[in-house]
Amino acid sequence: MFSLRACLVVSAALLATGVYGVVARRNIIIVLLSVEVMLNGAALAFAAFGRQWLGAAGHAGQVVVLLTMAVAAAEAGVGLALLLAFERHRRCVDSDDARTLRG
Amino acid sequence: MTHYPIEAQLHWIVLAPLLGFALIGLAGARLGRGAVSLLGPAAPGVAFVYALDALQALRGAPEATVLAEPLWSWLDLGALSVSVGLRVDALAATLALVVTGVGFLIHVYSVGYMGHEPDGSYARYFAFLNLFTFAMLVLVLADNLVVFFVGWEGVGLCSYLLIGFWYRDLANSDAGRKAFVVNRVGDLAFVLGMFVAWRAFGTLDFARLNQEAHDDGGLATLCTLLFFIGATGKSAQLPLHVWLPDAMAGPTPVSALIHAATMVTAGVYMIGRLGGLYAVAPATLAVVAWVGCLTALYAGWVALAQRDIKKVLAWSTISQLGTMFVAMGVGAYASGLFHLVTHAFFKATLFLGAGAVIHGLAGEQDLGRMGGLARRMPVTALCTLLGALALAGVPPLSGFFSKDAILFAVGVSSVPGRSALCLLAWSAAALTGLYVARMMTLAFLGAPRSAAAAHAHEPRGTMAFALLVLAALAAAGGALGLPEAVAHGADRLGAFLAPGWAGAGHGPAAGAGGHAGLLEAERALMLRSGLLGVSVLAVGVLACTAWGGALEALFEADPGLAALRRAALGRFYVDEVYGAAVVRPLVAGSRLLWRVVDVGLVDAVVNGLARLVGLAAVALRPLQGGLLRGYAALLAAATVLLVVWAARGWFR
Repeated sequence: MFSLRACLVVSAALLATGVYGVVARRNIIIVLLSVEVMLNGAALAFAAFGRQWLGAAGHAGQVVVLLTMAVAAAEAGVGLALLLAFERHRRCVDSDDARTLRG
Repeated sequence: MTHYPIEAQLHWIVLAPLLGFALIGLAGARLGRGAVSLLGPAAPGVAFVYALDALQALRGAPEATVLAEPLWSWLDLGALSVSVGLRVDALAATLALVVTGVGFLIHVYSVGYMGHEPDGSYARYFAFLNLFTFAMLVLVLADNLVVFFVGWEGVGLCSYLLIGFWYRDLANSDAGRKAFVVNRVGDLAFVLGMFVAWRAFGTLDFARLNQEAHDDGGLATLCTLLFFIGATGKSAQLPLHVWLPDAMAGPTPVSALIHAATMVTAGVYMIGRLGGLYAVAPATLAVVAWVGCLTALYAGWVALAQRDIKKVLAWSTISQLGTMFVAMGVGAYASGLFHLVTHAFFKATLFLGAGAVIHGLAGEQDLGRMGGLARRMPVTALCTLLGALALAGVPPLSGFFSKDAILFAVGVSSVPGRSALCLLAWSAAALTGLYVARMMTLAFLGAPRSAAAAHAHEPRGTMAFALLVLAALAAAGGALGLPEAVAHGADRLGAFLAPGWAGAGHGPAAGAGGHAGLLEAERALMLRSGLLGVSVLAVGVLACTAWGGALEALFEADPGLAALRRAALGRFYVDEVYGAAVVRPLVAGSRLLWRVVDVGLVDAVVNGLARLVGLAAVALRPLQGGLLRGYAALLAAATVLLVVWAARGWFR
């Protein structure tokens, strides 16, 4: 079994990777993937804390993980649909191209 | 209470002109010129027939009968309830007949006079004229002050619309605005008077106001004075007379109908309508008499110097209205109303005659460019002469009898300062003869002084018809109210009107009829005033012809006389005084408010706020860069900061 500390280190690493991906990459598909990675980092922290403090009897951590997966799936669906629409319109998937609303 | 069949028909008197206005006003030029020429005069014609019906009913009825047709309840606000109703008594019937009768003739005249107008403005003219007739009849037939005020404002509106009828010329619309604004001053006082009347007597109904009038604590004096200020605006008396001469900018038939025969007499009618109320306020009556007398004298002087034929007539109208107010002020209501009726006849004749001259001379109004017209336009000259003689008070024309009745009433009245008032009233009457003589001589005698005058043409058709009928009325109208001194029971108009004021207890003139001594005095007075009228007229004609050169030399030689003539020509500078005392301070004040308060303060605050928002927007704009990565970076940084802030305890 991994210790809580090890789990949290991995979780923070996943989150940081995701944030880096969202901020630094221009390909919207990669951005969406990075969002998923961030979500998984958060989910891992939930599961780890759940096991640490609620013990074998508590399942709240796992439940939130499942909920996060469902929300992530829905988010991916909406995100990909928007991406498709955007791609058809602009013939590219570069987020820097979507600057119509700049101030 | 007897019921008269005409009572259910009274609304047609008012409705006929309103329908005429609606038809002509809405369908306008699409009706075609012929239809407008028929409909326009037909509207007052129908009203005249109904008014005649009402008159017949009243003549058959007992004295002081009132025909009434309640229409609907207008306002019901607790203590104040205003109903709309028509009311025809002897006074209202007389006025309604003048308004519709003279109005009909002037409509007929207008068919010829306005014949050169394009279709659209021809229809507009008749629509306005019908609307005026409607408003005037509302005023005359109203049974309470509120409805009366609706008519009062309605005629003011129509006056404004018709003075500025040729609105493409800025001077004309300026004259319309001047009339409107000056009248507002009087109307403000009139509204205040209504407030006082309601506070004091709890009613705005004419019948109840006249019956229940009393002067507790001077409230009746106050509200009658306020009403009279309203009348000085509408009837062009000192000090609100300045608009009427300018109102001559309108078409001449309009001047004849609105600014001579009907609307401007509304103030006189108002005092007659509220006769019972005025009777309990003798102080107001004295003011009325004195203001009227001073106006009559002042306007007579100014009329003597005017060069424009319509301006002479306008000032003469102001002067004659002053004479009517003198009659009202000394309590001789019937005499005042008699003069109102005869004045409507002869002044309408004079204006229509002047209109024929202006029409015949292709728009020329300057007396200095007329002359010798009697040969070129004999019918016009004869009709105008009849009107002029009536105005000058030459027996046995209509104006002689009515002016005579007023002079007599002043003589036997108990008004404060009677002798002085008498002297001034006689002077005003004498001045009338002088300016009439001057106008007639300059226009019709001598040699033509311009090419237009040499080639003037006589009016034909409808214009000639209306002119002839009115001239006949001006000549014979006096038969309505021959004085008691001529024949017993000859004062039919007086006998018809007087019972309406029976309870009012007014001046001695009405009750004086049968007294032998007074009859003798009146005969003597008639002789004197008749002689005065004729001699002044003769002097005036001589002064303008045979003595003209010598008089001119006298005026040139004496600087005092020359200054007097300039002052009279300049209306004794009343307009200039108003300009300096009222208009210029008002304009300067407005300019101050505009430049300093509006631009410097209000606009500065609003514009400053807008600029502030703009600056803030410029500062914040980079945040909305449009780059998705930028937003994400911001979001991440903000989250980190929040987390650090939330966890600050751990780092201690």
